[in-house]
Amino acid sequence: MIYDVKTETMSREEMEALQLKRLQEIVAYAYENVPFYKKKYDEAGVKPSDIQTLKDIEKLPFVTKADLRENYPYGMLSVPLSEISRIHASSGTSGKPTVVAYTDEDMEVWTECVARLVAAGGGKKDDIVQICFGYGLFTGALGLHQGWERIGAAVIPASTGNTERQLMLMKDLKTTAIVSTPSYALHLAEEMERLGYKPEDFNLRVGMFGSEASSEEMHAEIARKLHLFPTDNYGLSELIGPGVSGECECKCGMHINEDHFYAELLDPNDFHALPDGEYGELVLTALTKKSMPMIRYRTKDITKIDSTPCACGRTTKRMAKLKGRTDDMLVVKGVNVFPSQIEGVLLSFKEIGSSYEIVVTRENYKDNLEVKVEVIEDSIVGDYGKLEKLADDIKKALRTVLQIDVKVRLVEHMSLKRYEGKAKRVVDLRKY
Amino acid sequence: MIKQIAVFLENREGRVSECCKALKDAGVNLCSMSIADSKEFGILRIHTDNNELAHVTLKKAGFLSTMVDLVAIEVPDTPGALADILIQLCDGGVNIDYMYSFANASGHAQIGFKTETPEKAIVILEKLGVKMI
Repeated sequence: MIYDVKTETMSREEMEALQLKRLQEIVAYAYENVPFYKKKYDEAGVKPSDIQTLKDIEKLPFVTKADLRENYPYGMLSVPLSEISRIHASSGTSGKPTVVAYTDEDMEVWTECVARLVAAGGGKKDDIVQICFGYGLFTGALGLHQGWERIGAAVIPASTGNTERQLMLMKDLKTTAIVSTPSYALHLAEEMERLGYKPEDFNLRVGMFGSEASSEEMHAEIARKLHLFPTDNYGLSELIGPGVSGECECKCGMHINEDHFYAELLDPNDFHALPDGEYGELVLTALTKKSMPMIRYRTKDITKIDSTPCACGRTTKRMAKLKGRTDDMLVVKGVNVFPSQIEGVLLSFKEIGSSYEIVVTRENYKDNLEVKVEVIEDSIVGDYGKLEKLADDIKKALRTVLQIDVKVRLVEHMSLKRYEGKAKRVVDLRKY
Repeated sequence: MIKQIAVFLENREGRVSECCKALKDAGVNLCSMSIADSKEFGILRIHTDNNELAHVTLKKAGFLSTMVDLVAIEVPDTPGALADILIQLCDGGVNIDYMYSFANASGHAQIGFKTETPEKAIVILEKLGVKMI
């Protein structure tokens, strides 16, 4: 079903005219209301009036996650705090989270955008949806929650963890739709099997999966094991949260909510625009975001764009499933993890050396993050208690920064590989 | 009291033999050895005829090691001899972290143990007339 027929099936000319109008407005608005943009544009010698065509967006400098960090927590706001109705955050790179805010108007846009994706993914008013994302600062859970509520479904805010209980709820409450990471969906399937359930014991119909990359093969496996129709959706908190794009029943790319998000696909080396079908970095502009304008945000996600009409009837451009990142960010258990965050924590422990190795594995469809560190302080090596306490203290400190559990392995000094050039600190053994 | 050397070892194939080989090459003779492991790593505890040399040798070979004091006693090789001593230590409030026995040809068992309160242990052992090494 198409939730917003007028917008989602608009002709390309109409859409581009709407995008240009909104782009001109948001650039002028950001320039006037956010000192960060005024300074950036003045330095680049560009004025809001220079935006005469959509292509002119290329004159504007990029915004990166580092900019958000430098302006923590409220430096990017364009409205007084009294206008803010919601604040979310994602894990940051230096211990401080990346904070994002929403006005009432932004909340409305967000909810509508997610509602469109829910409808595209097959969600209906009479669905009973179980949201298996962690509720809290993470935008995923509440974003999907609002969208499903908007289409009139019954929402179960189950949150994460306790898989047996999740399955009990799913069976007893006759859940018809689930929202989770794709790897958690497979974990659910596996637990179903272990506990002696059959897919027929459930009423599952559709599943919306996001917050980590997934392959077609993974979706096929989810469909086979859970007896539901899976779709992929995409978003990031810096822009809005979930709601940027999502698959429809044709599963041929994620339809971008283009009236709110202008997508550019650029070569990550020289930033020239790439034609449809070529993989590059996705750069997004929030065309309507009032609290915190986000213009030309470098997502660092690698995808490709397809502008041809879709069999579902929507005319919006589609982005392919994510192929990777242009930086070293990892997504573990649906949470963004930068190696630099881990490094920052490790450097604060004098008992361990500066070499470390991060190993990511997936076992029983669950991600595991292990950090190997070298013990260099010899006075503690005669005592198990002290060694175990060290490992435990590192684990706790990492949990505080990353919000996920990490396994810490103490290894001998000089046992990790040394690099002369750029060190390869991350080993990702997961197969998508 | 005697010194032992504690060596940090990863649970990795060949590490104990590499450690022993380094000592062999330096001409150090092992008097005793104890190894305890957890899932992730192990601590090798050794007592040698030349602990200073052993310590330097291991350090050079890249092993992380430290010297730890052990209370060492000689116990008659008869049933209950050790039990009687341990009961007294326990009654005296001495908590033993770990212990192991040494190789010797004296007809007595030689035992070393680690405690947080060696002074207290020594007073009790002296009172009992236990021979200390």
